[in-house]
Amino acid sequence: MTPRPSTVSRFPKRPDWTLVGLLGAVVFLTGACSWVGWNWDTPMSTVIPKSDFGRATHEIFMLISWWTLGIFIAVEGALLYCCWRFRERPGAPIPKQVHGNTPLEISWTIAFAVILLIIAIPTIQAIFKTQEAPAATALRVEVFGKQWWWEFRYPQQKITTANELHLPTGQMVAFFLNAPDVIHSFWIPQLGGKRDVVPHRVNHITLTPEVPGEYPGQCAEYCGMSHANMRFRVIVHTPADFEKWVKAQQTPPVEPTDPLAQQGKTIFTQSTCVGCHTISGVSAGHIGPDLTHFGSRTTFAGSLMTSTPDNVTKWIENPEHMKPGALMPNLGMTGEQSKALAAYLLSLK
Amino acid sequence: MADHAATHAVHDPNIGNTGIDHRKMGMWAFLGSDCMFFGSLIGTYLAYKGKSLSGPTPHDVFNIPLTSYSAALLLASSLTMVLALGALQHDRVKAATGWLLATALMGLHFVLNQVYEFTTFALHDGLTLSSSLFGSTFFVLTGFHGAHVTGGVIWLLLLVSLAMRGKLDARDYTKVEIAGLYWHFVDIVWIAIFTVIYLIP
Amino acid sequence: MATHAAFMPGAKVETPTLWGAVASWLTTVDHKRIGILYGSSAFIFFLIGGIEALIMRLQLARPDNTVVGAQTFNELFTMHGTTMVFLAIMPMSAAFFNYMIPLQIGARDVAFPRLNALSYWIFLSGALFLHASFVFGAVPDGGWFGYANLTSAQFSPRHTIDFWMLGLQILGISSMLAGFNFLVTIINMRAPGMTLMRMPVFIWMSFVTQFLLVLAFPCITVGLILLMFDRFFGTLFYVPAAGGDPLLWQHLFWLFGHPEVYILILPAMGIVSEILPTFARKPLFGAPVVIYSGIMIGFFGFGVWSHHMFSVGMGPVADAAFSISTMLIAVPTGVKIFNWLGTLWGGSIRFQTPLYFALGFIAMFTMGGLSGVMHASPPVDLQQTDTYFVVAHFHYVLFGGSIFGLFGGAYYWWPKITGKLLDERLGKVHFWLMMLGFNLTFFPQHYLGLIGMPRRIYTYAPDLGWNFWNLMSTIGAFTIALSFLVFISNVIRTTRSGKVASPDPWDGRTLEWSIPSPPPVYNFARVPQVRDRDDLWLQKYGDGHGGAPRPRPAPVTAAEIAAIHMPPTSFWPLLLAVAMAVMLSGLLISAYQIIIGGLLTLYCMYKFAMELHRPAEGHGH
Repeated sequence: MTPRPSTVSRFPKRPDWTLVGLLGAVVFLTGACSWVGWNWDTPMSTVIPKSDFGRATHEIFMLISWWTLGIFIAVEGALLYCCWRFRERPGAPIPKQVHGNTPLEISWTIAFAVILLIIAIPTIQAIFKTQEAPAATALRVEVFGKQWWWEFRYPQQKITTANELHLPTGQMVAFFLNAPDVIHSFWIPQLGGKRDVVPHRVNHITLTPEVPGEYPGQCAEYCGMSHANMRFRVIVHTPADFEKWVKAQQTPPVEPTDPLAQQGKTIFTQSTCVGCHTISGVSAGHIGPDLTHFGSRTTFAGSLMTSTPDNVTKWIENPEHMKPGALMPNLGMTGEQSKALAAYLLSLK
Repeated sequence: MADHAATHAVHDPNIGNTGIDHRKMGMWAFLGSDCMFFGSLIGTYLAYKGKSLSGPTPHDVFNIPLTSYSAALLLASSLTMVLALGALQHDRVKAATGWLLATALMGLHFVLNQVYEFTTFALHDGLTLSSSLFGSTFFVLTGFHGAHVTGGVIWLLLLVSLAMRGKLDARDYTKVEIAGLYWHFVDIVWIAIFTVIYLIP
Repeated sequence: MATHAAFMPGAKVETPTLWGAVASWLTTVDHKRIGILYGSSAFIFFLIGGIEALIMRLQLARPDNTVVGAQTFNELFTMHGTTMVFLAIMPMSAAFFNYMIPLQIGARDVAFPRLNALSYWIFLSGALFLHASFVFGAVPDGGWFGYANLTSAQFSPRHTIDFWMLGLQILGISSMLAGFNFLVTIINMRAPGMTLMRMPVFIWMSFVTQFLLVLAFPCITVGLILLMFDRFFGTLFYVPAAGGDPLLWQHLFWLFGHPEVYILILPAMGIVSEILPTFARKPLFGAPVVIYSGIMIGFFGFGVWSHHMFSVGMGPVADAAFSISTMLIAVPTGVKIFNWLGTLWGGSIRFQTPLYFALGFIAMFTMGGLSGVMHASPPVDLQQTDTYFVVAHFHYVLFGGSIFGLFGGAYYWWPKITGKLLDERLGKVHFWLMMLGFNLTFFPQHYLGLIGMPRRIYTYAPDLGWNFWNLMSTIGAFTIALSFLVFISNVIRTTRSGKVASPDPWDGRTLEWSIPSPPPVYNFARVPQVRDRDDLWLQKYGDGHGGAPRPRPAPVTAAEIAAIHMPPTSFWPLLLAVAMAVMLSGLLISAYQIIIGGLLTLYCMYKFAMELHRPAEGHGH
């Protein structure tokens, strides 16, 4: 049995490619981490929190991030160092056959466990803090996640709306999550973590928004064909503006004045639309979204499209074409009929 | 000790380092796995206990005397299994065959009792797989156990058939022993199921 | 059949006919051949899963893209995950279990050679069954973990879920049978002198993996049975309207699913634990600790499953309990990394291709493990779960970990298995391309997850800031694909004209390097006597305490070889697997097929069992 295998690589006079490769890897990684393109202030960012819940989470995230970064640098650094320092030199003898070092092994085990403890303690505290029962003064919002859109009910204000959630700053909001069909997940990244919407139970999540603005939300549990399209928008107002919105939602819709819209209303009341949709004073269907103030919302169809006359017309003409698997059937409306219906819906401010 | 096992292995390739036959060890591994199987089914039953929205309750339908008799049957069959092994060890093939047959028949009786019980529930009490959570969990748990018993009965009858054709004797002790292990396991699982489903209110 | 006669030294070997060659593979019970069957199949399915990934990445390269539609994309991510987990990583690990376990413990085969073959054929039938869904236009689309109640008959009325459900059941049977086999093999067939603590660390990691296989799979078997009964027989297990709880599926699935991820990583950890000492030329640092860590991971792996469920609303107590248990299990996992570094420290490291992959494993698995520590904190996980952050995490541990480790094993043991050495230069090109491509694909996905990109979406809006790094990720994916082409060309070139390997090309430490490359059918002409975990190293170099190397043993005689009895080939494993496939696929076709398949299965089981009952006089088994 030969002690030196014949396939060993020798680099007598050429550059040490191993070293080059390793250094290249380090340079590449460092460069990648600091290079342009890591913008954190994006619409669905999780690291610039706008609520108390988000901030509590973010604090722990930063704590863990620093510790894991430290461990990363230590481990990868040690790895690279070993590769460079202990690479085989030509003619080197067999190294000392060390089997272990018990004190060292115990020390690094304890050190690692201590770091985990440092992470665990604030984690446990935050788990309990963020899952406290909602205050009596909290704003109640009942969320219904359905394939593939969101219904929001405000029982205290007696408002029902869809795909657009309005909240005031400074007041705790308690979401009660209901799933009439399959499991979904309710998630507004800028306001905090997600909570699944599970049939057969009512989950809840509480948070207090702190900064006015518009924040996208999205279903975060695969729920079928158009899971990717099950989005919603959250608009956080100052308390005064929120009251204005509430008042507007509580006001019954005015009669349309535009002739096209009037035509649309006629078509609406005479079609199967009334079986699925509610428009206060006009129809009482509970399968599709409440359309009473459809015109006050900037997006529709699970917040997939902006509420322009063109988009709404195309949707009514052929829902499945706009959103794969859409459960709203194709009612066989002509282009003209769809335009009229769109005008009517958009008039419902 | 390792050397002794090594020399021994040359003569019987089925015996390993531990002195235990491979097939026996394999059966133990399988039974460990089957514990997790029945554990999951029993866990499911317990998770849904009392959660049915409608339909008859366990109290409404169970015939405890009959199922106690079935449990006793299975317990007795474990005894006859042990007797069969004892006889085989001493090459008393006829006696072993008789005890094996008794075991198989008692197992068969158990299964038939179960069939009777299931049909009564379905036709008399309106309890089916799809009538309620109790129906679903009950039939699937006890049904899979019954399937295990049925498999065991077929296995035992096969051994009986081999023995009657002169193809089973003391040399096949391990093969019958592992059938015995399986049979005892099926019995013990029944004790657990019987307790959890029938006896605990 | 006296197959051993053909392997006597000097015996003339007849050139086999094509049918003869095919038949010999179809009826083989030789663990080495079965290992090769697993390995080749796994690689093919790995490529298929890779193509599925490439198509997905093409679709996601741009927002609002139209390469594929929603339904196709949903099928792609379902099949990609299912294929990679069950048809690529697991069978690749199985290839190494099959080939190397008997060699490393000094045995001539596994405890149950025919059962071993049966495991393979059942695996293949399951894999083909799953892919038959493409032919029947019912490709699974419920995600690789198929959450109820989306998978119910009401919400998934087509046969897509049925193919997935039945395919997994078939694969589960294969895995469990293999688990029983290797458990008995490792416990009961070690060479004399090989106590449990003298077993190579790869054997230990494989050993723990077998326990996980046989104890975890029954949970998903039950979960799938409940789903099957719901879909076919109207039971109410996952039906909320009747009081059923969709979370029951999640508990059963993850009770399996978490041990499953250790099943996926432990073998690769074992491989790395073999490669590092060989190429650093010193023993594994703290080998007993690495072994105990593996045992602890296996044991505690059953206590962390609900960390996959932090967002379902289990309540703060359950969240806290699983968070703590998850952090606990990070300790034995992390400690191994330090032990591997300790192995390199003070060594004389030879940089050859297997070592590159082992080093890549350490670097990438560390990163994946650290993002895992983040997930262990529920508040943080609520932002990260179901986003591309967790996609990045599991690809770092499964690709950066398992795949890198498995490739390392491939390069390491290639000379032993084939008798040829893979080209070093091409191997290094493969490694660096794969490192570059892998990190370009998955590192940005951490960022994408943190800026809110959920997983399993077939498209996304253009104004969310996700565009650039999705494109980069796609470029990375194609770079990975390029690296595989390098590997394939290496294999083809080596097969045609590769350098012949000696029995011990790497100056190894364990028993497999003491026999020819490739090994004869009986592995060891003479059963070895073992004194140490690194017994071969001791034989070559002595114990480093002044003891001389052991004297070379006397050459093996023809009489010794003639006395070796290897099990004969058998076609019952193949036939039984086919019968089972007929029976189970009958669930989708007709009751008659189930009955006929069932009878065939019983018949094949009977013949299988009787094949070795009362064979020709003189043999006990």
